[in-house]
Amino acid sequence: MKNIWTITVRELKAYFVSPVAYVTSAFFLAVMGLLFALILINGREASMRGTFSNLTFVVLMIAPILTMRLLAEEQQTGTIELLLTAPVHDWQVVLGKFLGSIILFLTMFIVPTLYYVLLLALVGSPDWGPIASGYIGLLLLGASFLSVGVFTSALTRNQVVAAVGGLAILLILWLADATGSFIATGAMSNVLSYVSITRHYENLIRGVIDTQDILYPLSMIAIWLFLTTQVLQMRRWR
Amino acid sequence: MLDELNESNVTIQVQNLTKTYGPHPALRDVSFQVQKGEILGFLGPNGAGKTTTMRILTGFMPPTSGSARVAGYDVFYDSIEVRRRIGYLPESVPLYNEMTVWDYLDFCARLRSVPERDGAIERALEMVSVGEKADTLIGKLSKGYRQRVGIAQALLHDPEVLILDEPTIGLDPKQIIEIRNLIKSLGGDHTILLSTHILPEVSQTCSRVLIINEGVIVAEDTPARLSARVGGGAHIHLQVAQPAPEIPGELEKVRGVLGVRTKDANAGIYEVEVNPGADRRAEVAAMVVQRGWGLLELRPVTLSLEEVFLKLTTEEETN
Repeated sequence: MKNIWTITVRELKAYFVSPVAYVTSAFFLAVMGLLFALILINGREASMRGTFSNLTFVVLMIAPILTMRLLAEEQQTGTIELLLTAPVHDWQVVLGKFLGSIILFLTMFIVPTLYYVLLLALVGSPDWGPIASGYIGLLLLGASFLSVGVFTSALTRNQVVAAVGGLAILLILWLADATGSFIATGAMSNVLSYVSITRHYENLIRGVIDTQDILYPLSMIAIWLFLTTQVLQMRRWR
Repeated sequence: MLDELNESNVTIQVQNLTKTYGPHPALRDVSFQVQKGEILGFLGPNGAGKTTTMRILTGFMPPTSGSARVAGYDVFYDSIEVRRRIGYLPESVPLYNEMTVWDYLDFCARLRSVPERDGAIERALEMVSVGEKADTLIGKLSKGYRQRVGIAQALLHDPEVLILDEPTIGLDPKQIIEIRNLIKSLGGDHTILLSTHILPEVSQTCSRVLIINEGVIVAEDTPARLSARVGGGAHIHLQVAQPAPEIPGELEKVRGVLGVRTKDANAGIYEVEVNPGADRRAEVAAMVVQRGWGLLELRPVTLSLEEVFLKLTTEEETN
């Protein structure tokens, strides 16, 4: 546990000295502010649902940018040799880095948006339930997208390739839902809409908390992090 | 009983190690031992398999076949235990440019669960004389400082075994001497395996040398004995004031002289090969003086480690 935290803290420090986190956060907050304003002006409803719903694609685009550095850079500069010869398990390295990206996402991306909730509370009387479950959903959505990014970052030493690879996987998962409804019938359609990340997120922002909608992103995170650890171990065998 | 004692003194034990990258073998059936407190020099041209061997010992990569034990633990099955006991300086120094020297060493110390981190970091910085740069960003350091921070990282947890891949690369001559002295002073308490392709480094720091070429160990001995062994017969370098064509023929009549080669007829330089173990310098000098050739210089020639190395590694190629 101590090892994981050591790696997480180093990752966070590295994030805050690089401009990538600041630029991405500024981009995210600007887009979210615009969405929030437009939806509020048109709908005149004290709710975050519309904003949350439109955020999926923005989070999908920024997650691989936040994670691209994590393992690709270590492989590029050779510092991976320090981590893999330290008395630390591979899964601890992966988990430490993943936690670093989540804490960054939470502090630089989610927490600042509480400002909009505050605005809603000042001018209206929002329903707190869906807002709380929506935030849980946003965190789970972000975390599962970040886990995909960690995975592609382990695959290559090139950060751009890691980001583009992550984006490609996320787009495919995102489109699974649309494809599912296009096929319309049968088991295939059900499978496709189940693996769609957005479907579970949509339930949460509607204020419905179903264990399935919590467990799906959690199991997805577990699978991607497991695969990342496998990739690191395979690197050793080359 | 005696065997058991010897066993317990072996800190690094490598047995039939083979590593292949695809079809290309990087190591072929390599076996060697390092005794506790010994400084073993690992010598070979670039790409000979030095780094591969070190990476296997440090648990960075597994061997294709064969086994290795460090401090009694198998590098594959007890990798974490092995890693706890090794300080490792990889060939490309693993530094985070955005961290200060102190933060970096603090991170390494935490990863290795070093007790009393501050004291350990100060000690390591002092050993490599980088104390004054503790608060500098690593990205702003010169090559020599980066290399020394890398060495400090390996010393941080006072490991039983030090594995240093090209420790003096990129240092200036003064720093090289400092680091060599540091390595020598660490021997005894620590078991050290260092690789290099710089030959004087080995003869100056190591108690034993292992020469590796194309993934195979071609020689293993002390630096001095290696020179003597590969050198075959002893040679005498001779220079006279009045060169004459009959000199080689005459000298060959001296007892114990095997042959005389004219190296430079005009300058009067000859190389006299004599029976190994017999010192014929006095007899050769007597003859030169007696005949009035004018003795200018006479000294024994020992094969330098460079020549040994070249001889061993090129023999391998011609076979």
